[in-house]
Amino acid sequence: MVPTHGPQPPAEASQSQTPPPGRSVLSGDDISRALRRIAHEILERNKGADDLVILGIPARGVELAQRLGAALEQVEGRPVPVGTIDVTMYRDDLRRHPVRAAQPTTVPGDGIDDKVVVLVDDVLYSGRTVRAALDALGDLGRPRAVRLAVLVDRGHRELPIRADHVGKNLPTASSERVYVRLAEHDGTDEVRIGGPKEEQR
Amino acid sequence: MTSEMYVVRGAKVLGGKAADLLIEGGVIREVGTIDAPKKARVVDADGLVALPGLVDLHTHLREPGREDAETVATGSAAAAAGGFTAVLAMANTNPVTDTAEAADHILDLGRRAGLVDVQPVGAVTKSLAGQELAELGLMARSRAQVRVFSDDGRCVHDARLMRRALEYVKAFDGVISQHSQDPRLADGQACCHEGEISGRLGLPGWPAVAEDVIVARDVMLARHTGSRVHVAHVSTAGSVEVIRWAKAQGIAVTAEVTPHHLMLTTDLVEGYDPTFKVNPPLRPDEHVEELRKALADGTIDAVATDHAPHARHDKEHAFAEAAFGMLGLEQALQVVNTVMVQPGLMSWEQAAQAMSVNPARIARLEGHGRPLAAGEPANLALVDPAASVTIDAADSQSLSRNNPWHGRTLTGAVHATFLRGRPTYLDGEVQQ
Amino acid sequence: MKHLLSAGDLSRDQTLAILDSATQMHDVQRREVKKLPALRGRTVVNLFFEDSTRTRSSFEIAGKWLSADVINVSAKGSSVSKGESLRDTVLTVASMGVDGLVIRHHASGAPAQVAQWVDAAVVNAGDGTHEHPTQALLDAYTMRQRLGDLDGARVAIVGDLTHSRVVRSNLLLLNTLGAKVTLVAPPTLMPSGIAEWSAAEGFATSYDLDEVIGEVDALMMLRVQRERMSGGYFPTPREYTVGYGLTRDRLRRLGPDAVICHPGPMNRGLEISAEAADEARSAILDQVSAGVAIRMSVLYHLLGGSGDE
Repeated sequence: MVPTHGPQPPAEASQSQTPPPGRSVLSGDDISRALRRIAHEILERNKGADDLVILGIPARGVELAQRLGAALEQVEGRPVPVGTIDVTMYRDDLRRHPVRAAQPTTVPGDGIDDKVVVLVDDVLYSGRTVRAALDALGDLGRPRAVRLAVLVDRGHRELPIRADHVGKNLPTASSERVYVRLAEHDGTDEVRIGGPKEEQR
Repeated sequence: MTSEMYVVRGAKVLGGKAADLLIEGGVIREVGTIDAPKKARVVDADGLVALPGLVDLHTHLREPGREDAETVATGSAAAAAGGFTAVLAMANTNPVTDTAEAADHILDLGRRAGLVDVQPVGAVTKSLAGQELAELGLMARSRAQVRVFSDDGRCVHDARLMRRALEYVKAFDGVISQHSQDPRLADGQACCHEGEISGRLGLPGWPAVAEDVIVARDVMLARHTGSRVHVAHVSTAGSVEVIRWAKAQGIAVTAEVTPHHLMLTTDLVEGYDPTFKVNPPLRPDEHVEELRKALADGTIDAVATDHAPHARHDKEHAFAEAAFGMLGLEQALQVVNTVMVQPGLMSWEQAAQAMSVNPARIARLEGHGRPLAAGEPANLALVDPAASVTIDAADSQSLSRNNPWHGRTLTGAVHATFLRGRPTYLDGEVQQ
Repeated sequence: MKHLLSAGDLSRDQTLAILDSATQMHDVQRREVKKLPALRGRTVVNLFFEDSTRTRSSFEIAGKWLSADVINVSAKGSSVSKGESLRDTVLTVASMGVDGLVIRHHASGAPAQVAQWVDAAVVNAGDGTHEHPTQALLDAYTMRQRLGDLDGARVAIVGDLTHSRVVRSNLLLLNTLGAKVTLVAPPTLMPSGIAEWSAAEGFATSYDLDEVIGEVDALMMLRVQRERMSGGYFPTPREYTVGYGLTRDRLRRLGPDAVICHPGPMNRGLEISAEAADEARSAILDQVSAGVAIRMSVLYHLLGGSGDE
């Protein structure tokens, strides 16, 4: 048995169905606006939608990737491939927690070789999830470039990783928790910050 | 040594009225109210039951051959601690007890240990191979005067050979103790009572009928030959039925049941713990119930331990490959007390019959299984009938630890054992 | 879940988690880089007391694709005859710092005994005529691929039930998943105590395959060893095939969407005709292909986390 002390699990997603505590920091409209802006940034940076592949990281990164894909399609007038990439098997903290079931990885049609992959997640915190995602990507193929889009960057990085596209930079204390709630999971769109030790998973 | 004098004070003789017993010169001098002579040592037996020294028809002492599992000396110590004054040592040693010399050797080892009378059982067939008769007559004429013959561990399954053996031992009042297991219905792999549990566990089944058919055959052979047959370790309701019928016909059949078959059931093997692997196997409740009834009504004559010590490394195999057998000498009386006497199925007098008088008679052992009366040999056991004892396998006189009662709480404890006037077990110690 | 000794150890949720993870593992099998880092630094020993190239290589590949160090130890032959106890053999191996012990043994219950002696997670890779839980998992996985949810699915298992470890695991697992199982065999090949057992667990039994075959969603044919004849379990292979084989004639009466399974190796022409083995309803090759994914999933679920539930 591996003791479970050490860093807490990254508070990047909450499975909670009940309204979480704390205060609201992003409304549904804020989230929509942020995603539209990120879509524009991606297209600007990529000089169009050619070779783009959007991959969401479960759980809430998957929905954000789909919304981002829709926003890109709206701007460009043609579909942009969207998929998911499960990083469970690549986590460096697997043995600090009970087993998590593997989630699907779905790579759209043409794969990721020589594509520009945009990884999408809800909260960027320690950077360990993104590190795992980069490893997982390496086993799937060799993209021309990898970019990172997150809805919230809350700081406290533990690895040399930064996001290319950020919905909102949110200064937090590491004792605080960030709750991203999305309609598909939680019935409503919202980002909240909760106090220390409130509603531990 | 035998000049020592003891006064057993206030023991309930066979569970009946309390009396004092004066023991001197190897015999019981007096029973009644006794003023202890000065030189006598007084054993306070207030609340204890006095029984004739127990006799085990079925013990495996492992010597010669497997002295790492048990020796005649350690097995004798276990017997003394269990209230026994005589044990019959089964023939499946290495070498097998199939000659007069081998039988005398066992007898001498027993005398050297000096804690119980160790009476050898002779093999029925040479090397227990089931092919030709061993020298039954020479064993009978030896110093050991063997009267009980058995291939125990194996069944004398050849009907013609069994018939001849039964006929032959009539000349010297011998008896064949049969391990009843049809080898075609239950082969060497068979290790779990055949039924739902063996089916679920995927263990080779040992069906009750494999015992029943041999018992049925043997009682008919006994009727035909007019000989004595003894059924070792009866484990099935079917055998009980056959024996009950045979006795009603006047056939000279006797039978024994082990403490474990009186108490333990098949479900214990569900964890694949080889401690509970025994031959014949533990049976379901309905068989156990019948065995208890048969012991109470006298259909089964005797309780015999089938004490079968095994070294740890012979038990720590996969269940199907581990050795058969479990310890019994030290817990036999406790088990009989717990499942028969305390629930009222049997009186102490009946228990004395089943554990001393009948086995001594079946084995033709003189000096054992005698009444507790003046002039009789002072072979007796003093038992605390109410003691509650949690069994610890580590706490044993045996060299082995395959004790199926480990961790269980049994009722009753042997307080003292006397062999011809000498205490062999007293104050919680074997008296070497 | 510390060990996988019996299919009965698994709750419905645990079973579904293993089957779902296996789906993801199965995808990995189709990738160019068939490797996940989940068990990096962990050591798995395949301790086989009985030969089984298929099961051993399947566990070996599964462990390696999860980045575990996998070592094969063959302990064939009775340890009794070698004078070493099972406990000694196992402790010798386990003392080398093993995290997972995959055990195949010719005697029923050996993995359960081993689990009491070692700290490592023990996986039963087939014990005597007792169980083979990973086979049952891959059978369920295969049936689910074809039939969807197995709740209420009608499954018949046909053949040498007495000597089959597959049937015991399948019964337990299919029961957990809500399937309705019917065991079909001649009376001599039914496990002992089957009447009490089936009453307790709520499955059905039949001596008549023809009565059952039109009513099933999945038909699992078990291998019948020709050696059983010498035990008098049935008179001749010909008679067995007529009574209990999946013949061309019976194939016609099997439902159009029914699934045919066989844990292998097959006796073509005895319990299963060549036509049945090779036709579209047969999922036999799918079963083989699912073997590695299921074993990856089992190893991951046993060794991938902290061990806490």
